[in-house]
Amino acid sequence: MTRPRIFVPRDVGALALGADAVERAIVDAERRHSLDIEIVRTGSRGLFWLEPMIEVATPGGRIAYGPVKAGDVANLFDAGFLDGGPHPLRLGRPEDIPFLARQTRFTFARCGIIDRLSPADYRAHGGWRGLERALALGPDAIVEEVTKSGLRGRGGAGFPTGIKWRTTALAAAPQKYIVCNADEGDSGTFADRMILEGDPFVLVEGMVIAGIAAGASKGFVYIRSEYPHGIEIFGRALAIARAEGILGPRVLGSAYAFDIEIRVGAGAYVCGEETALLDSLEGKRGQVRAKPPLPAHHGAFGKPTVVNNVISLASVPAILADGADTYRDIGYGRSRGTMPIQLAGNVKYPGLFEAGFGLSLGEIIDDIGGGTKSGRPVRAVQVGGPLGAYFPRALFDTPFDYEAFAAKDGLIGHGGIVVFDDMVDMARQARFAMEFCSIESCGKCTPCRIGSTRGVEVIDRIVRGERRAENLVLLQELCETMRFGSLCALGGFVPFPVTSALTYFPEDFGGAPLTAAARAA
Amino acid sequence: MSLVNEIDYGTPESKAEKLVSLEIDGFKVTVPEGTSIMRAAMEIGIKVPKLCAYDMVDSFGSCRLCLVEIDGRNGTPASCTTPVAEGIKVTTQNQRLGRIRRNVMELYISDHPLDCLTCSANGNCELQDMAGAVGLREVRYGYDGENHLKSEKDASNPYFTFDPAKCIVCSRCVRACEEVQGTFALTIDGRGFASHVAAGMDEGFLASECVSCGACVQACPTATLMEKSVIEAGQPEHSVVTTCAYCGVGCSFKAEMKGDQVVRMVPWKDGKANHGHSCVKGRFAWGYTNHQDRILNPMVREKITDPWREVSWDEALGRVASEFKRLQSQHGVGAIGGITSSRCTNEEAYLVQKLVRAVFGNNNVDTCARVCHSPTGYGLSKTFGTSAGTQDFDSVEEADIIMVIGANPTDAHPVFGSRMKKRLRQGAKLIVIDPRRIDLVRSAHIEAQYHLPLLPGTNVAMLNALAHTVVTEGLVAEAYVRERCDTQAFADWAEFVSLPENSPEAVAAYAGVAAADIRAAARLFATGGNGAIYYGLGVTEHSQGTTAVMGMANLAMATGNIGRRGVGVNPMRGQNNVQGSCDMGSFPHELSGYRHLSDTATRTMFERDWGVPLDPEPGLRINNMLDAACDGSFRGIYIQGEDILQSDPDTHHVSAGLAAMECVVVQDLFLNETARYAHIFLPGSTFLEKDGTFINAERRFGMVRKVTAPKNGYADWEITVAIAKAMGMNWTYSHPSEVMDEIARLTPTFAGVSFKRLEEAGSLQWPINDKAPEGTPIMHVGSFVRGKGNFMITEYVPTDERTGPRFPLLLTTGRILSQYNVGAQTRRTANTVWHEEDRLEIHPHDAEQRGIRDCDWVRLASRSGETSLRARVTERVALGVVYTTFHHPTTQANVITTDYADWATSCPEYKVTAVQVSPSNGPSQWQETYEDLSRKTRRIAGAAPVVEAAE
Repeated sequence: MTRPRIFVPRDVGALALGADAVERAIVDAERRHSLDIEIVRTGSRGLFWLEPMIEVATPGGRIAYGPVKAGDVANLFDAGFLDGGPHPLRLGRPEDIPFLARQTRFTFARCGIIDRLSPADYRAHGGWRGLERALALGPDAIVEEVTKSGLRGRGGAGFPTGIKWRTTALAAAPQKYIVCNADEGDSGTFADRMILEGDPFVLVEGMVIAGIAAGASKGFVYIRSEYPHGIEIFGRALAIARAEGILGPRVLGSAYAFDIEIRVGAGAYVCGEETALLDSLEGKRGQVRAKPPLPAHHGAFGKPTVVNNVISLASVPAILADGADTYRDIGYGRSRGTMPIQLAGNVKYPGLFEAGFGLSLGEIIDDIGGGTKSGRPVRAVQVGGPLGAYFPRALFDTPFDYEAFAAKDGLIGHGGIVVFDDMVDMARQARFAMEFCSIESCGKCTPCRIGSTRGVEVIDRIVRGERRAENLVLLQELCETMRFGSLCALGGFVPFPVTSALTYFPEDFGGAPLTAAARAA
Repeated sequence: MSLVNEIDYGTPESKAEKLVSLEIDGFKVTVPEGTSIMRAAMEIGIKVPKLCAYDMVDSFGSCRLCLVEIDGRNGTPASCTTPVAEGIKVTTQNQRLGRIRRNVMELYISDHPLDCLTCSANGNCELQDMAGAVGLREVRYGYDGENHLKSEKDASNPYFTFDPAKCIVCSRCVRACEEVQGTFALTIDGRGFASHVAAGMDEGFLASECVSCGACVQACPTATLMEKSVIEAGQPEHSVVTTCAYCGVGCSFKAEMKGDQVVRMVPWKDGKANHGHSCVKGRFAWGYTNHQDRILNPMVREKITDPWREVSWDEALGRVASEFKRLQSQHGVGAIGGITSSRCTNEEAYLVQKLVRAVFGNNNVDTCARVCHSPTGYGLSKTFGTSAGTQDFDSVEEADIIMVIGANPTDAHPVFGSRMKKRLRQGAKLIVIDPRRIDLVRSAHIEAQYHLPLLPGTNVAMLNALAHTVVTEGLVAEAYVRERCDTQAFADWAEFVSLPENSPEAVAAYAGVAAADIRAAARLFATGGNGAIYYGLGVTEHSQGTTAVMGMANLAMATGNIGRRGVGVNPMRGQNNVQGSCDMGSFPHELSGYRHLSDTATRTMFERDWGVPLDPEPGLRINNMLDAACDGSFRGIYIQGEDILQSDPDTHHVSAGLAAMECVVVQDLFLNETARYAHIFLPGSTFLEKDGTFINAERRFGMVRKVTAPKNGYADWEITVAIAKAMGMNWTYSHPSEVMDEIARLTPTFAGVSFKRLEEAGSLQWPINDKAPEGTPIMHVGSFVRGKGNFMITEYVPTDERTGPRFPLLLTTGRILSQYNVGAQTRRTANTVWHEEDRLEIHPHDAEQRGIRDCDWVRLASRSGETSLRARVTERVALGVVYTTFHHPTTQANVITTDYADWATSCPEYKVTAVQVSPSNGPSQWQETYEDLSRKTRRIAGAAPVVEAAE
């Protein structure tokens, strides 16, 4: 009989829900039952309402149980779960769980499945194939392939990744850099973290490919300090990758050199903005730089630099391995490929849902997310982090696509969605957007630095009913000033949540509610 | 007369050669590629509103007032950060831009005090101007929102205040501190609305690393950083452009005036030496010009123990003439002499040497360059053919390897130091050869590739070891040497430096530096691209000062580093006009332009012009005059603007010489140390009170302009003229320009100089003549002035000043940023907050051995004498080396120094003295006696007791 294998996630979400205690309980049970069990620590599959979701290997494939508490473990053993025995917590084959079954997993193909620090397991699940093909293709063809795939920046800006790489590749300099933005600060987002903790090698692989393509021999991963587990796991992954010859002077024995260093943030949201990130990475106060010059020409330490989000880079190995066409064939409009949608807030099924672009917002919230956790009607969803617009139900037919959201003064950002039920006070949410900005602004440009504080004050006055009409005009003008006057997207996008709240939920600001027709318009 | 306001183009000039044409508001403009849209607009007079842009620093893009629209492009890009592009059409004013700008201004003003009428920047405030320009009429946010109006003002710096309540957080100060000054003392602390300017770790300006250069104050668009003098006096109404009278950088300043009162000194952007930057001395430390210690009336006394008696100018001048004539008739023509001043103008130095040669009838004239850069003149003239540095300051912008030897630019030549630091931050490499770890070795964003902390006195050996490496490792620029230099001299020199005793390994044994470092530094210098040598008194003030200068010249020639931009041998001249005073013929053996007296043709030209015969024999140097005084043959001296008692070595010897004279005439602003031995005191005038010219370290003639009438009644040149007249000469000069015309007429190197020409050009670098009508920024281009570059054999001969059991440590001396030389000026300003006393730097190990702790009083003794001062225990000095400054007369550092001197030029060996250091209880008996005598010899009859030298 083969040694029983149990997969226990070590993703922070699972840990917070007691995954370590579950593992200890399994070890106790193992001793009690005099068994020899192999416990594999994985990332998360991204079904957070089922975490800790543990899986056992059976001849018929893996069988999931969840959410498992430590106290359930003895019971599970008694129920013969090592053989996939029946139990109230038994979920069956994980890939048959509708939330997973409906997904198209490219980037997260291995997350939650493999031993995240085993390069062999990584390879066994399709890892390194992208890099091997990249080495065979050479820089120009890699850039061509990535451009063809239609991959756009998953950090939020949606800039074509291939074009960014080409710009850096064409910049002549003795030293260039690949910088991975892992300063994932948007509300309701966790995709980057899941990669760092659950499939770090895919990011290593993506960065090495980027390095070869752009002519950079050094990469930095800028990870927010709030991700201590991600920092630890990714750090260990780097050491392993060096030992495996993936990183170092000769990548997989080729003539290319590449190595990666981790730089840890210091708690500023604005350092997720690429130029502030570069300042912070250089050891300076994180402050937004004016563009031009573009980081592609004048980035980290003044050298040509590709700055990409974790998901952009982690999507690259699959694109190279399976070909640009496979990736490009999925998607909607100009948004090609898949997007890891992250569902959070007041939602019944919170988690990570990777799928091709084009699902309607309504499908995502109601069908996939299952509506609110509270069971009350959904009143608003904020898509794209704290700078994203609040969409009412009336806009639920909007397809999940960069352009479609932009057309409705919204953004998909990094793919985070926060759901609110009908108890939400949208004036408070608008005020929060301004307040968030006043705290998190880098303090460089005037509209953001002073405007956000004034925004809070003006909204307070409106809510108090002080000279309401004048203050509403002032708030609109302030939003215009911030949108067109700010140096970066922080100040520039704060108007999205504010004006969307004002537009769709005027009653929360002391105005008359919109008619259904007006809402739909 | 009006206020000089330079145009602020918003962003720095682009040096690109490619031109780009675009259209701004319908007007076509063509500018170099890389120019910002804002600057391009300003070039054709279109002012785009702005607050954070300022052309001394790179564009920043924070204020968002300068937004524009570009046809075919999205959004509203900032014109300061957006470069021009071919064919674009830019709109700088329309309704939408106007509304955004007004609304941004509204935000600014919602967090700004409304005290414009009583604000010190009223009338000169960019925030005020912009509120007007954008048409701000109301602040709809009200004034009761969150704000910074209650922030506390920081008045800790003696010269300016920082009022955060008025700050608009534009970062101009922070960027000026970083980019212009290179100190990185300022930062923005906090995030979002809490963002604020912080000095150091928010500890206030005085306690921070701030060096008070004033760049931040100059950059501030509001009253946030404001000169205290402006707060007191109000805004100035007119300005006069003049040249700073502190160090040899020769910065151009605007003296900003109210009537005849200086309100502030602001560096002039068109100044070619400083390009709008300044240091704490030139910018702020001009208060001495109005100090109560200034003597404004002539005074005489019979004996130096008598109190001074104020007399009329006629009486004083008559006395000078009669005494000098009496001494000459009793003791011979050679019984008197004069000393020209490196602090005074060229015209004044010229007139003093003319007085000595044409009126006294001898050549007993010398100048303070004797004690600083005389070896430079001699050494460079022997090798290259000219007694001056080879480059302009701008040249450093193209240097790849900068070698600093025995100089401390960030303290002693701070404005040039900042430019050097800027170049180093751009990636040039640095080699520092200095016994002490000067700031350049490691400071913000700068680190020397090699610091060779040699023992004082081993410069020549070190230079030979560097040359040995270059020659024996085949790193000589052979084609250059073959084409440009005397090949026989080179061959002899190459053979000499290749000797084993000149190898790094041999030198390392006694210089205290690892041989491998010497070799590596030599390789870097020879192979790293443009190599530029900058040196100071740490090279010249040695018994082998001249040899070391020649050693550097040899090294530069051997590596092909003379005759183009980015290279050269550059003396960091100490005083504002030390180059000029030498150029004007202040040495006993030379006439203006370094022409020897023995040259009959030259002498005849002067004799004809001056109408008197000249003695062809060189006269006495300062030290010879003092020796002769002790012997009784030298009886009287006219000293203009130099304090030899404090500044010359071996104070006991100087005082003995002075005491032996019968008529010592001192012309100075203050009763300086030398004046204790004076019989006649002639009050001098400051640089603000006269017209004339200075020549800086890069051979640049800069205009000195009278901004106010001499408080003492006469400019210094007028006093010299009056002495000549009193002695029977018919000198008819009515203005210094006439003196300059005479200099130009008699000196081929300066043939093209006149005040008119300088007024037109702003400043010019000599040689200026028919061959080089626009002056000569870089010397020896194409060929050396002397023809072929001459290699000199530079055998290392250790100084006779040796350490031994009684005096085991080596003392070396230097300067500090806030004080200037003997401190006569800076001690009479608030600069004393940074340096109220001279301290003795001693290595922790040497201190420990002697039981000395930081701040303890110590006795510092040499074979010449002893003094006491307090210790600073620091690893900046190497083991076995101690260091002090000499800014305070009470320290009497020169009581310690010896009378050893350079073999060629008698430049004293200040930089090496064997000493012992031991704990003490306070000032020595000698110092106390000196203090007492000092008071007694400064008494003025009928006046309140003279206040002691301000501390």
